[in-house]
Amino acid sequence: MSSPTLFSPPTPAITTAVPLTKKILTADHPTWCPGCGDFAVLASFYRVLEKLQYPHEKIVTFAGIGCSSRFPYFVNTHGGHYIHGRALPFAAGISLGNDDLHVFVFGGDGDGFSIGGNHLVHTARKNVNLTYVIMDNSVYGLTKKQTSPTSPIGFKTKTDPTGAIDQPINPMRTLLNTGATFVARSHATQVNHMVEMMTRAAKHPGFSVVEILSECVEFYAGAFDSSIPRKGGTWSLIQEKKHDGTPEDADRHDVTDEVAAFKLAGQAWPGSFGVFYENNVRKTKNVLEAELVTKARERTKNATDLQLLQATFAKMR
Amino acid sequence: MVSPNTPETPGDAAAPSAAPRSIHDVVIRLAGNSQDGIQSVGGFLARLAGRSDQDVMTYMTIPSTISGGPSIFQVRMGTGDILSSGDRADILVAFYQHSYDAHISSLRPGGVLLYDSDHVTPVEGDNRFTQIAVPITSGTVEAVGGAGKDKGKNIYILGLIARVFDLDVQKLAALIKERFGGKNEDIVRNAMLAFDAGYAWPQNNLHDLFYRFEAIDLATRASGRPQVTMDGNQALAYGLLAAGVRHGAGYPITPWSSIMETLRTELPKYGGLFVQCEDEIAAISTAIGFSYTGHLAITGSSGPGLSLKMEALGWATMAEMPLIVVNVQRGGPSTGMPTNVEQSDLLQAIYGSHGDTPRVVLSPKNVEDCFYIAMEACRIARTYSTPVIILSDMALASRIEAFDEPDFPKLMVDPKADLSDRGADFKPYPLDAITRHAPPGSKIGSGKYPTVTGLEHDELGHPTGSSKLHTQMTAKRREKIKKLGASLPAPELNGDAAGDVLLVTWGSTWGPALEALKRINTAGVTGGHLHLRHIHPLPDGLEDIFNRYRKIVVAEINDEGLYGFGQLAMMLRARYANPAIVSVTKTDGLTFKISEIVAGVARQLQSAHLDATLSVAQPSALAKK
Ligand SMILES: Cc1ncc(C[n+]2csc(CCOP(=O)(O)OP(=O)(O)O)c2C)c(N)n1
Ligand code: SF4
Ligand SMILES: [Mg+2]
Repeated sequence: MSSPTLFSPPTPAITTAVPLTKKILTADHPTWCPGCGDFAVLASFYRVLEKLQYPHEKIVTFAGIGCSSRFPYFVNTHGGHYIHGRALPFAAGISLGNDDLHVFVFGGDGDGFSIGGNHLVHTARKNVNLTYVIMDNSVYGLTKKQTSPTSPIGFKTKTDPTGAIDQPINPMRTLLNTGATFVARSHATQVNHMVEMMTRAAKHPGFSVVEILSECVEFYAGAFDSSIPRKGGTWSLIQEKKHDGTPEDADRHDVTDEVAAFKLAGQAWPGSFGVFYENNVRKTKNVLEAELVTKARERTKNATDLQLLQATFAKMR
Repeated sequence: MVSPNTPETPGDAAAPSAAPRSIHDVVIRLAGNSQDGIQSVGGFLARLAGRSDQDVMTYMTIPSTISGGPSIFQVRMGTGDILSSGDRADILVAFYQHSYDAHISSLRPGGVLLYDSDHVTPVEGDNRFTQIAVPITSGTVEAVGGAGKDKGKNIYILGLIARVFDLDVQKLAALIKERFGGKNEDIVRNAMLAFDAGYAWPQNNLHDLFYRFEAIDLATRASGRPQVTMDGNQALAYGLLAAGVRHGAGYPITPWSSIMETLRTELPKYGGLFVQCEDEIAAISTAIGFSYTGHLAITGSSGPGLSLKMEALGWATMAEMPLIVVNVQRGGPSTGMPTNVEQSDLLQAIYGSHGDTPRVVLSPKNVEDCFYIAMEACRIARTYSTPVIILSDMALASRIEAFDEPDFPKLMVDPKADLSDRGADFKPYPLDAITRHAPPGSKIGSGKYPTVTGLEHDELGHPTGSSKLHTQMTAKRREKIKKLGASLPAPELNGDAAGDVLLVTWGSTWGPALEALKRINTAGVTGGHLHLRHIHPLPDGLEDIFNRYRKIVVAEINDEGLYGFGQLAMMLRARYANPAIVSVTKTDGLTFKISEIVAGVARQLQSAHLDATLSVAQPSALAKK
């Protein structure tokens, strides 16, 4: 939430007219295992930033803890590596602290749906303006193969040596339930699709979330083969309504239709990919807070900070 | 003095026969039920005293049940410095039999019992006190009438007290109008009717109770600024505003909530915002997020919530983010005694973390200090790029005191975030300098953007597993806090510079300890009182001070623990290895009485003489001579 009075004017000394390229955006070399799905997510993210060409200093890449959450070290932007599961409330502070920024949060299925599950619900329902990418490998990668909230029943892990017994969550239903205003699903083997989903998410005003199935080759190889055509799986793309009046259009998915989105989310594994839901009507928390400021400033007739405090204390004499 | 509504009639409300007796201060305890509005009587008296250049202190209990149930409000008002709420009352106003039964023991010998003759039957012939039957309920019903029934009893009593203490009726009437002015006319009129009825209650029934506070020595009010009256939580919130804090996040819990409520209401006027989060972890995370954008932010809670914030606090230490964390302490552990006072979160604040996390912990000594400690915390957080914990407590949070309005034009801090360009040599974690973060939005000359991180890191923020770097960075984080310690002013030392005993306190125990020191000195024991506002790091020079006294008695409201020492005492013993440091602790959920501190000192000094002075009951100043 930006208020012009709360920032010092930037000094125009450094002029970066240079366009953002993958080369500029590349930072530390990723520490992921060779073949890890997260590499493709990173490559796609570079392309998203190349497409969007935001001012370099206004991009923030943030994460919690996990293999996937190492992401910010590999992207040359302002950024941070926070604690396990809590990146979203931190990022809410960034977004609301300076509305001028483009805030991206990356993390894993454990980070987002388990330890951070409650934060996901509340950051989403408040519609804080930021983009959240969940790299779901259905396992705890960093801690070396424990059951995750998206591990399917029967999957053998170190904490479920005879196979997982607890019902996994349905990520798409969970995300739709939070009240997120942009919900999409993608796959780390589909670079163009990831780029499209992340770009649309970035442009969406409000809380946008993309779940990307990203294989952990080390601890859950083959987890997502059933949606990889060259491995015999089916890649089922959501066909979005074009509102072109054609008979085919009637069967296409209306992204503003929440009930239809829930229906899609209920499809049998491996389900569909694309934008499930988009709501551009609901105001963001950033806007709502700014409106509170505007109203309060009107009521107090734009009094200076000093005048405000003095007036308050005068009432307490 | 003319009652504002009713012209003075020489009939029943005749002018008092004698001149008022002069007194220094008085402790009035009102005991009733929470719906009786006795808090508001206390509020009126407190604000009146503030406007009359008197120092005010109030002591309030909030019953755990939201409505119904017993409630008390104690106000001590007087001339000059009022340091504590007073051990016992000079006047008890008992609205009900249970109020009388529960609180008559709090009345000093020679004190005055004003009881509602419609509800209370006091012990007959109890000549320790002056007992005065006042038909509070029927008097109010008669004056106000209508459907309001006995609503307004509180204001009736306010009128009576105004008469007894010759208070400024014009000012009180103005306060009543301000308080109820927003509501409809009837309410103001009814309140004034009740007030006048209490004020006009026949003087001769009052047994010549007629007092006036000593004239104020104007030289003690040299600031030239008027007095303001508020509680500690308000003072703290406004201190943060003056210090340029415009962002915050929290989760409700008693007694912290009113700080977040004040900030949520106030901040939008200043272009800022306060976020109510889903829990305390989210709250501290959001607050650190704000700080990361260049706006020093505040989060806060009470004990259980501080525990939830610990992991994130560790991150803020590692990533070297400025942050203000307020902890308004209450009785613990767990939900404990949520509406009582305790100083039992000290070690949690200083040491409650994983890893080596050098902490900054400050504690305000009274309501006024809540304002200034908030400002100081912000200065330290910014200067040393570190989280700072403010330990307030339930007593400060809910107590109303009057103090000089701060010198705002001098104190106001510019809230602007610094998004200026950083040079090509910018490093987020330089080993040879204190960290100065570049918030997102600021351009970095090298084109290499920094990562703030909770992993051990090198100077540029890259994660590292190097033992050498971990040693160096741990030292960097430690040394800046030591540097802060070396820069701190010497703590306040009162009384004798050397002698038998040094009383050491922190937080709201300041006032009672100062009064205890007077009693101790009066009894012929040499001693001083040292009060710590900066608890971690400690200011330099304490060792020498401690060496000048035979015993160092640390008085604090927490348990003596497994080894017989309270939390500060334990830390001081560890720090100074001085066996003369001993403890006086208690865990009854109440602020220290002066007599409890004196008794503790007597015990530690094994002073029968000091003990003997305690058994002499202190008569009320209102006692008939
Ligand atoms: C408070 C806390 N608890 C536990 C951990 C250990 N931990 C680190 S990452 C992780 C799970 C990672 O799984 P996920 O979020 O799915 O990320 P992935 O490694 O699979 O990408 C756990 C349990 C921690 N760092 N902090
Ligand atoms: S452990 Fe799995 S998730 Fe982590 S880097 Fe290796 S392949 Fe990727
Ligand atoms: Mg995972």
